[in-house]
Amino acid sequence: METQTIKNEQNTAKVTERISGSEAIVRCLIAEETKIIYGYPGGAIMPVYDELFKYQDKIHHVLTRHEQGATHSAQGFARISGKVGVCIATSGPGATNLITGIADAQIDSTPMVCITGQVFSHLLGSDAFQETDIVGISTPVTKWNCQVTKASDIPTAIAKAFYIAKSGRPGPVLIDITKDAQLEEFDFSYEKCTRVRSYNPVPKTDASSLEAAAKLINEAKKPLIVWGQGVILSEAEEVFKAVIEKAGIPSAWTILGASAIPTSHPLNVGMVGMHGNYAPNKLTNECDVLIAIGMRFDDRVTGTLATYAKQAKVIHFEIDPAEIDKNVKTDVAVLGDAKASLELLLPLLKGNTHPEWRKEFADLYAIEYEKVIKDDIHPTKEGLTMGEVLHQINVQSKGNAAIVSDVGQHQMIACRYAEFNKTKSNITSGGLGTMGFGLPAAIGAKMAAPDREVVSISGDGGYQMTIQELGTIFQQKAAVKVVVLNNDFLGMVRQWQQLFFDKRYASTEMMNPNFVAIAEGYYIKAKKVTKREELADAVAEMMASKEAYFLEVCVEKEGNVFPMIPTGASVSDIRLE
Amino acid sequence: MSTEKQLYTVSIYTENNIGLLNRISAIFQRRHINIESLNISPSEIEGVSKFIIVVDMTEDNVKKIIGQIEKQVEVIKAYYHNLDEIIYQISGLFKIKSELLFEEPQIQNIIKESHARIVTVNKDFFVLEKSGKKEEVVALYNQLSVFGIMQYTRSGLISVTKEEMKISSLLETYNN
Repeated sequence: METQTIKNEQNTAKVTERISGSEAIVRCLIAEETKIIYGYPGGAIMPVYDELFKYQDKIHHVLTRHEQGATHSAQGFARISGKVGVCIATSGPGATNLITGIADAQIDSTPMVCITGQVFSHLLGSDAFQETDIVGISTPVTKWNCQVTKASDIPTAIAKAFYIAKSGRPGPVLIDITKDAQLEEFDFSYEKCTRVRSYNPVPKTDASSLEAAAKLINEAKKPLIVWGQGVILSEAEEVFKAVIEKAGIPSAWTILGASAIPTSHPLNVGMVGMHGNYAPNKLTNECDVLIAIGMRFDDRVTGTLATYAKQAKVIHFEIDPAEIDKNVKTDVAVLGDAKASLELLLPLLKGNTHPEWRKEFADLYAIEYEKVIKDDIHPTKEGLTMGEVLHQINVQSKGNAAIVSDVGQHQMIACRYAEFNKTKSNITSGGLGTMGFGLPAAIGAKMAAPDREVVSISGDGGYQMTIQELGTIFQQKAAVKVVVLNNDFLGMVRQWQQLFFDKRYASTEMMNPNFVAIAEGYYIKAKKVTKREELADAVAEMMASKEAYFLEVCVEKEGNVFPMIPTGASVSDIRLE
Repeated sequence: MSTEKQLYTVSIYTENNIGLLNRISAIFQRRHINIESLNISPSEIEGVSKFIIVVDMTEDNVKKIIGQIEKQVEVIKAYYHNLDEIIYQISGLFKIKSELLFEEPQIQNIIKESHARIVTVNKDFFVLEKSGKKEEVVALYNQLSVFGIMQYTRSGLISVTKEEMKISSLLETYNN
């Protein structure tokens, strides 16, 4: 089927047509099977919008309320679908407003193509109206970028952009196109890019490294796997599950790795990192072989490197050679695509079950359950907890919803307690920690997967950073379920102030608006919950709604997220209280 | 050993594209690595540029930098070498008042002994060119500066490696 499609395109590619650069941009997007793009019009991109108007039956343009929202929507789209997210903006402020989302996509390896309009090429460098050096500004946060000043360069630039964004370790690409290039006519043809001379997206997997890895794993008494988003990006979920099941290895996830295998899987031992689970953090410093798969040893995962897994042999499955030995020294590096590598690894593994070692995880989980989890999800004291809200969402979703979180306490709670049956279901800003990510990302996710339940979970702080995207929900009739866990604080910063700054709550208390009135102002059904006895019904009503629904839950003001590895501490020093 | 700082050349083969210098220099800037010298020129392969960047850093860190550089889409390959592994030269230009040639006879001896080349002479000034190791160019500068130098410019280091660079065959493997 796929070969067929490519063949057809090659045939049509031979025929050229005289069209404008702006029409070519839209035709290129159609050739790349883009059906939805997110953006905001303006002077320097108007010719493209004119073409989008003509091609609206082929490409649906989503008018966000801010260009940042367009990037996060494109990210949400990409994260739930595995396809390239596309956004479009004008020059100057339109382009600079994309930067936060681009930086977020770069650090979280999200495939995204951004197209920006630029002033006429004869005005470049003259400080023209709405001129900004977006190629210069975006360089450190893009996988690749370029400026196009001639219409005839548009097809190759866009083809290259899609190829680079999606291949290897994915990332954001920006193409800046001058207005004269958009207006100029040329002989158009389009060919997909399959190769860039200087670019080697997937390094060759060395058979001897796989054998060395298999030997270490087969001989290990206490192996631990930590997997990251690489498993999801390479769509390795099935073979990954086969590997851990055959070798009987307890497996923990980084925040972006969540949902690659079901939460309920018996070998899934939870999240690593600062607010991860007790057992996998503690036992990182007990294991004899640490197997990292498609993850990058972020500082939020490792705590201080000086005492991170020093006793263990480290195996690192990784597509990006620059990640090898960047933070943690590896004994065996297996370069390549996670899916391909794991398929080669599987037959080399011996069957194992490691019952005693797995019992250590179960024992530590029992401690965490008693000290933290029980009171988080089944609280008895006054004041609603974020954890019980997540629990109610789980009850209603039965683990089938995609959870899109923002950044802060609620994010940690959401990632800790949300139950996932399906992959690509945990969408959050992991690396950059972008407050304001959640709501627009949920819109993008819902539009990419309209059949899936998409629940946006935000705090009262981050929600207000992109609250205007309620307008997009209204206009697009995107049936996103929007939950705000309101504690009238910037909760995570407040928690740090409590623990490390003697409760000096500098600028973390929020005086909040009437959130229900705001949602209703956008004609979105809305409800506010302040009491425990109202919660279950309210969540059920929200989840049953066929259209968008806003639910504000007023949670305890000074709740804290535990466990916690304080900054600079060892994973062994994880605190339960 | 690898935790001691020393001078390394970072040689980068790249596509000849606008903006790549920015992309590469940002990698150094972000990590507070001072670039001692930088030279960009065509390489032995048509259409391929070569950067020679000199940095003072540890081997561990220079390895990480190489990884970050090679990750850039338009970089074909990057290498690092210490100064023992390369043949290198830098070049200095000195503009000096012509009258000094007659007023300060030692200058003629300095020129002779340093093996510097006179590029041009006119009635107002003459220009000396000295190629060699950085120390040799600096030594000449120190000798001449006593008499007064009108202008002095030193080039970035350029180098070739003692080992073979297999860029052409690498490019072929990428194409297959």
